[in-house]
Amino acid sequence: MTYVVGSERNQQRNTMSKRVARFGFRHPKLKLGGLVTGPVLWLVLAYIGSLAALLIAAFWRIDGFTTKLVHDWNLGNFRELWRRSVYRTIAVRTVGVAVAVTVIDMLIAVPMAFTMAKIMKPTRRRMAVVGVLMPLWSSYLVKSYAWRTIFIKGGVLDWVGLASPGFGISATVVLLSYLWLPYMILPIYAGFERLPNSLLEASADLGGKTLRTFRSVTLPMIKPSIIAGSIFTFSLTLGDYIAVNIVGGKSQFLGNTVYANFGSANNLPLAAALSTIPVVVMVVYLTSIRRSGALENL
Amino acid sequence: MFLSRPARIALKIFTWLAFAVLYIPLLVVLASSFNDSNSFTWPPKVWSLQWWRRVMRWPGFTVKIWNAIKIDALRESLFTSLKVALFATLVALLLGSLAAFAVHRFAFFGRSTLSLLVVLPIALPGIVTGLALNQAFRRIGLDFGVTTIVVAHATFCIVIVYNNLTARLKRMQPSLEEASSDLGASGVQTFRYVTFPLIRSALLAGGLLSFALSFDEIVVTTFTSGAGTRTLPQWILDNLSRPKQAPVVNVVAVMVIVLSIIPVYFAQRLTDQDPGAAGR
Repeated sequence: MTYVVGSERNQQRNTMSKRVARFGFRHPKLKLGGLVTGPVLWLVLAYIGSLAALLIAAFWRIDGFTTKLVHDWNLGNFRELWRRSVYRTIAVRTVGVAVAVTVIDMLIAVPMAFTMAKIMKPTRRRMAVVGVLMPLWSSYLVKSYAWRTIFIKGGVLDWVGLASPGFGISATVVLLSYLWLPYMILPIYAGFERLPNSLLEASADLGGKTLRTFRSVTLPMIKPSIIAGSIFTFSLTLGDYIAVNIVGGKSQFLGNTVYANFGSANNLPLAAALSTIPVVVMVVYLTSIRRSGALENL
Repeated sequence: MFLSRPARIALKIFTWLAFAVLYIPLLVVLASSFNDSNSFTWPPKVWSLQWWRRVMRWPGFTVKIWNAIKIDALRESLFTSLKVALFATLVALLLGSLAAFAVHRFAFFGRSTLSLLVVLPIALPGIVTGLALNQAFRRIGLDFGVTTIVVAHATFCIVIVYNNLTARLKRMQPSLEEASSDLGASGVQTFRYVTFPLIRSALLAGGLLSFALSFDEIVVTTFTSGAGTRTLPQWILDNLSRPKQAPVVNVVAVMVIVLSIIPVYFAQRLTDQDPGAAGR
């Protein structure tokens, strides 16, 4: 560290920066502090703070006559969620749709990402990656309305001769699977790219058939990437309220119930209580997969 | 190779079909932008340029390119979106890289908590993030506008930069930086001439992805924008609900898709050029 090579001018010009660097080197704790303070402050103050405030609001209530917020602690909102079967149905329906969307995207993304990373020629591969990224740049709203044109009576599906399911839960599942598919493909593709071909060849040399190789070699290696993709598809589905409004017909989901309570019903405490449902679902999911290394693959 | 010929062909056909499904809605948008009718009828019976004419005027010598967009509100919201995405990306680049370096280079108490904390804003549904931030901003008494949207967007963009950079830092050999110090470079010089060139493309990839994410975001934006500010997605949502305006949105969508080819193409070329960098 003490051998200093280089022109004198160079040395002089860098004395200040060198002093800073030396200080950082000698005081690693301060250097760490300098790195960590900004992000931690931002995330804890701006994000965790707001989430906590929202959770607190879930224990307040709205006065029935004045429709004003009353700051007295009670469990009324949660009791309401538990008692009225509508909310249970909505919660189950939303989580069910999230699971369906995630599974559909997995079934499409795994073979697709495998083909892109392992079968296509390098030049084609580049085109394919751009091809997956491009739909991410085109507006989410416009894509949703395009699906409206596809599903509507006398729309594209009817025109092609396939019977359209109309607006409802199945249309919602199709639209959401379509919208989040790139978020599933990208991490899985990156996972396949990191998977050495030699492992697959070794498995084949040892007599592993295609399915056996897939089950015992490929799948365990790309599992973190699949889980990373599923975090996106799951959380994006749980919180969506716009796409659901566009093709969902009359079906209610958690997202638009929260939105309706916040907006038109002006019942913030109930909206806050409702939004704890997706938070709890996601936190349980995240902690259960934390060990898998998926969080590093997002 | 490790797959039989029929299996490879089947996989290729499957992939091409999946790509077709990815692009069919975009083609529907393109076709609809030339549909003369002002309702979303299919198939278009009369083709016309009337919606395109309503959005654009041909940029001549007297008209600046920026003014080629006729609709003032559209131009303003496009500008707002670009501004929000740019600032949110800059904040995310700064905070995301600081967090990535801290987690990668140091072992400290709460390290795994920090990496979970970074992921949380994107792992929790947008409506929750939006509602929480809306209440927090309101209680602090902030004016809703570009600043509040930037704060909200930056919060969930940090993870994109963080993950891209952590992946790169993991694959980098520490020997390169050690060699630099052994040859007498100071910490700052090592960062400037060795570390930064190695992480540049990861920063660019992360930055572009967070720009795209912010540019297209609508859920969190709805909760954090004021009455006076509208981003492009908000303009689109407003106009889609007005029947007479809806086809104009198709034109705008096609324009955004075509313009987005430029950043995606350059990002891809840059990540291809540098060795050791793959994918995103």
